[in-house]
Amino acid sequence: MVYIPHTDAERQVMLAAIGVESLEELFWDIPEKFRYPQLDLPEPLSEMEALQELQFLAGLNLNANTIPTFLGAGAYRHWVPSVVDYVISRGEFYTAYTPYQAEVSQGTLQAIFEYESMICDLTGMDVANASHYDGATAAAEAVIQAYNVFRKKRTKIVLAPTIHPHYRQTIGTYTQGMGLEIVGGDDPSTTMEQLIELVDEQTACLILQTPDFLGQLHDLAGVADTVHARGKDAQVVVIANPISLGLLKPPGDYGADIVVGEGQPLGLGLNFGGPYLGFYATRSQYARQMAGRLVGKTVDIEGKEGYVMTLTTREQHIRRDKATSNICSNQGLMALAATVYMAALGKTGLRKVAELNYHKAHYAAGVIDAVEGFSVVRRKPFFNEFVVRCPAPVEEINAFLLNGIEGVEIIGGYDLAQDYPHLTNAMLVAVTEMNSRHEIDLLAEALEAFND
Amino acid sequence: MKLDTGVRYLETHEWARKEGGEIVVGITDYAQSTLSDIVYVELPEVGDTLSKGDQFGVVESVKAAADVYLPMSGKVVAVNTALEDTPEMVNEDAFGEGWMLRLNPANPGEWDELLDSEGYQKVVEEEEENH
Repeated sequence: MVYIPHTDAERQVMLAAIGVESLEELFWDIPEKFRYPQLDLPEPLSEMEALQELQFLAGLNLNANTIPTFLGAGAYRHWVPSVVDYVISRGEFYTAYTPYQAEVSQGTLQAIFEYESMICDLTGMDVANASHYDGATAAAEAVIQAYNVFRKKRTKIVLAPTIHPHYRQTIGTYTQGMGLEIVGGDDPSTTMEQLIELVDEQTACLILQTPDFLGQLHDLAGVADTVHARGKDAQVVVIANPISLGLLKPPGDYGADIVVGEGQPLGLGLNFGGPYLGFYATRSQYARQMAGRLVGKTVDIEGKEGYVMTLTTREQHIRRDKATSNICSNQGLMALAATVYMAALGKTGLRKVAELNYHKAHYAAGVIDAVEGFSVVRRKPFFNEFVVRCPAPVEEINAFLLNGIEGVEIIGGYDLAQDYPHLTNAMLVAVTEMNSRHEIDLLAEALEAFND
Repeated sequence: MKLDTGVRYLETHEWARKEGGEIVVGITDYAQSTLSDIVYVELPEVGDTLSKGDQFGVVESVKAAADVYLPMSGKVVAVNTALEDTPEMVNEDAFGEGWMLRLNPANPGEWDELLDSEGYQKVVEEEEENH
């Protein structure tokens, strides 16, 4: 069967309309030797054979769900309760796009309303939007909000050097051409006081991350007040790990103006890098400068409860040429997954997951620190991730953990030299509730073996 | 349609009134009735210097959002902060309590370029016909 619907006669009519004789003429600017390359393809396979081939290839991959993994650096292996996939796979939700028409979309609108409400609770903020693509793009939108709050008059942006390097890059990409001056440098030993000194009355926002890219927790009590005073209400943006908020004070409590982060740890799995979820919350007075959509709860003319779009960035519909963002919602399904995850765990469950992360990471830090040549950097408290100084390049150690011992395969931590060239031999180790004590002990033993 | 014969108009439905040496600016009664219930007014900051024809704010109603333009050049000396909490004042009293900003005019001669109420009425009638 031929799947191309056009007949030769139809093609001739179309070619005549654009003034060319043949289809080949359309490809004249492709160098001749590239036009019809020999494709060395194998013979066709049946469905059964193709599936078997693909399963064989998939089997060659390492599976983060079955082998000990200590890699984090922004994406974390957490347990995803079965109910999450069950609910998001229901036909009513499992659509390619987010329907908003209130008459036919009450389920989706209610899910977004609950998502937004839970993100507000978690962050201690007033309003949350229906999500961004990932934590990096949410952070970039925070910069754009701050820039718009000050009516594009303030052009200085202070970024803490310990925010995720990908977020820094994304902020640069999103704001190119806007004439912003991004300061803060990339020296992770910069102190909070030094950063705050960079804030002045030309500053739109200061962006901090806690736990930061190196896993360190920062005591931000009083920081917002100081920044607001120095920078004449310059906005304080806090990037947070949502699981850590099960245990730690919400950033809204210490004065943050915008709270963003990567929502992947909330029931999304690693998914080979995406789709992920950027959460975003702010104070109610900035609701109109915030990108994205707000869903609200209301009553219809018969007094029955219902959900509607309460605020869509007005530029998106009516003044599109003035839009500050093109975001509506992220993949709505990802926000739904996070909603089901948070609902399934509840406040107590989330706290328990956070405690498990904290305690297991601290146990791991203890046993790794006891291995000769390896030492845990403990300048600041940490949550579920910490830096280990190693006796050799991280690349070498990771290769050993994966292949160096018969019968042992371990995915080691993140090589910080990739982002901070002077941090050679420094490994960022992540530990979650998924790492059993046995796995952690195995890692320590493997590091011992590396020494031998 | 209410018209105020004491003010001058811009084709884009803003008005200007002389008060002392200053100019008070708002949107017309026709504009508010076309927009219907106004829920949000975004205004410039005191101290901003703007030119005639510049967009100085946004008026958002339950059915539309519209840019609003400045009838005369000058420096903003006051904005109607009451509209932050009660934007409906623009619906209730477009030429009075619903004023938007007060301006120190940079070029008082621009006043003469604005429409009087008769001229503005023609603009509205033409717009109505085209709808």
